[in-house]
Amino acid sequence: MTTKSAGSGKYKKIAMSSKEYKQFAKNREPSRSIGKNCLRAFLVGGGICLIGQCVQNMFMHYFKMSQTQAGNPTVAVMILLAVILTCLGVYDKLAQWAGAGSAVPVTGFANSMCSAALEHRSEGLVLGVGGHMFRLAGSVIVFGTVAAFFVGIVHLILGTGGQ
Amino acid sequence: MLRGKQTWWFENRPVIIGSAAIVGPDEGDGPLASCFDLVHPELDMQQKSWEKAERLLMEQAADFAIRNAGIRKEQLQFYVGGDLLNQIISSSFAARDLGLPYLGVFGACSTSMESLALAALLVNSRSATHVLAGVCSHNCTAEKQFRYPTEYGSQKPPTAQYTVTGGGAAIVAEAGAGPVISCATIGKIVDLGITDPFNMGAAMAPAAVDTIQAHLEDTGRTPKDYDLIVTGDLASIGHQIATELLERSGVPIGETQFGDCGLMIYDMEKQKQLVQAGGSGCACSAVVTYGHLLDRIRKGELKRMLVVATGALLSPLSYQQGESIPCIAHAVSIEGGQ
Repeated sequence: MTTKSAGSGKYKKIAMSSKEYKQFAKNREPSRSIGKNCLRAFLVGGGICLIGQCVQNMFMHYFKMSQTQAGNPTVAVMILLAVILTCLGVYDKLAQWAGAGSAVPVTGFANSMCSAALEHRSEGLVLGVGGHMFRLAGSVIVFGTVAAFFVGIVHLILGTGGQ
Repeated sequence: MLRGKQTWWFENRPVIIGSAAIVGPDEGDGPLASCFDLVHPELDMQQKSWEKAERLLMEQAADFAIRNAGIRKEQLQFYVGGDLLNQIISSSFAARDLGLPYLGVFGACSTSMESLALAALLVNSRSATHVLAGVCSHNCTAEKQFRYPTEYGSQKPPTAQYTVTGGGAAIVAEAGAGPVISCATIGKIVDLGITDPFNMGAAMAPAAVDTIQAHLEDTGRTPKDYDLIVTGDLASIGHQIATELLERSGVPIGETQFGDCGLMIYDMEKQKQLVQAGGSGCACSAVVTYGHLLDRIRKGELKRMLVVATGALLSPLSYQQGESIPCIAHAVSIEGGQ
C-alpha cells in the first residue's frame, strides 16, 4: 500500500482576502425586494391597526367609553388575539410574509413574549417561563424606557412637557 | 493508513452493513420521503419537549439501523455520535439507553461524516468489528438554541436555511454485504470572515472546497472518479459559491455530478417559503446519505461517491460577540461492495 500523495499542490488554493470573499458572497445573495417588503408590511401592519381601530370603536359604541378609556381594553384584546395566533402556530408564518408589518404593532410584542414563554415551558414555570419570557421583549422595554427618559429631558429643556 | 496530508486510506475496506434514516413531517413532504425508514407526522413526536423528540430520533435511527443490518444489539461495540445541542445531549442521552461504549463528537453539521470516518477508522484498525455511527438534529431545538423561539414571528432572509428534523445511523463492520468506505479526508478549519449566521452556506462553501481539493490531491483522484460528489448543507447560495470556487481553483468539477443534500431533501419549489435557501443540520447530510444515497449504491446506480459534510462551528455567544464563523468539512468516499 502506498502512502505517496499523488500530485500534491495540483489545485490553486482560494486566494481571497476576507474582504474580497465577503463581497464575492454578497454578489451571489438573492436580492430582496424592498418595495415588495414595504408594501406587505404596510398592508399587514395597516390591517392590524384597522382591526385595533374597529375594536376601539366597538368599546366606544357598545360600552359607552371615551376614546381614552377604550385604549387599554383595545390593547388587551389585540394582545389576546396575538397570543392565540401564536399558540396556534399562525403568527410566525404571517410574520415570514409580512416582515415588519407584524413585528412593529403591539401584537408583535405580545408574540415575542408568548413565543418565549411557550418555548421555555419545558424548563419549568419559574426558571423557564419566568426567566425567559423577556428574552426578546426585555430589550424593547429597556431601550423604550431609555428613549422615553431622553425624550422627557428634551421636553423639559424646551419647556414643552408637563401640560 | 495516512495517505497524503489529511486522508485516511482504509485498506481493510470497512463495510456499511446497515443504515437507517428517520425524519420529521417537513422532510416527509419532500421528494425523498419514500427513502426514509420512518416519517413522523408531528414535530413533537408525542414527547414533552423538543429535546426529547430529538433524542427519540437518534434512538429510533439506531434501532432501525440494527434491524436493517440484521445483527443483534449486543454485537455492537462502540457508538460514535453527536448532534447540534449544547454538550451534545441528544447523543449522550441516546447512548445512555443504548448502553454502548460511547465517543461523543462535535463538528456541527459535519458531525455525520466525522462520526462515520471515525467509525471506519476504528473498524479498519481492528479496534472493533461493529461500530454504530449516528447523528440527529431537530428543527425546533436548533431554532431555540441558535435563533429565536419557534413561534416567534421574524422574517428570515432568503439566505437562511432550515434545520432538518431527523436522525441517521449507519453500522460499520469489518465484513459483510454493503457499501464500502474506502477513504476519508478530515478537513481543516476555514474562515473567510462571514459573520452572518443567516448565511451559513456562504460561510461553509470555502471549507467544502478546501476539503474536496485536499481529498483529490491526497488520493490522486479526479472528480471523474466519482459518480457523485455531494456536499452536506451548503444550500442554494453556498452550493453556487462552492461550484464557482472549485472551477476557479482548476478542479474540473463539471466532470462529475455535484450536488448538495440541503437541496435534495426538500422540494425547492413547493417548500421554498418554509426552507428559504435549503436544508441544514447534521441530520441533513445524514438522512440523505443513509436513507437515499447508500440505497443508490446498493442498487448499483452509483459506483462511487464522495460525501462532504460541512459544518459551521459557531455558537450563539460567538456571533453575538461579532466573531466570524469558523467552518469545516469532512469527506468520506463510499463505493459499491464486491
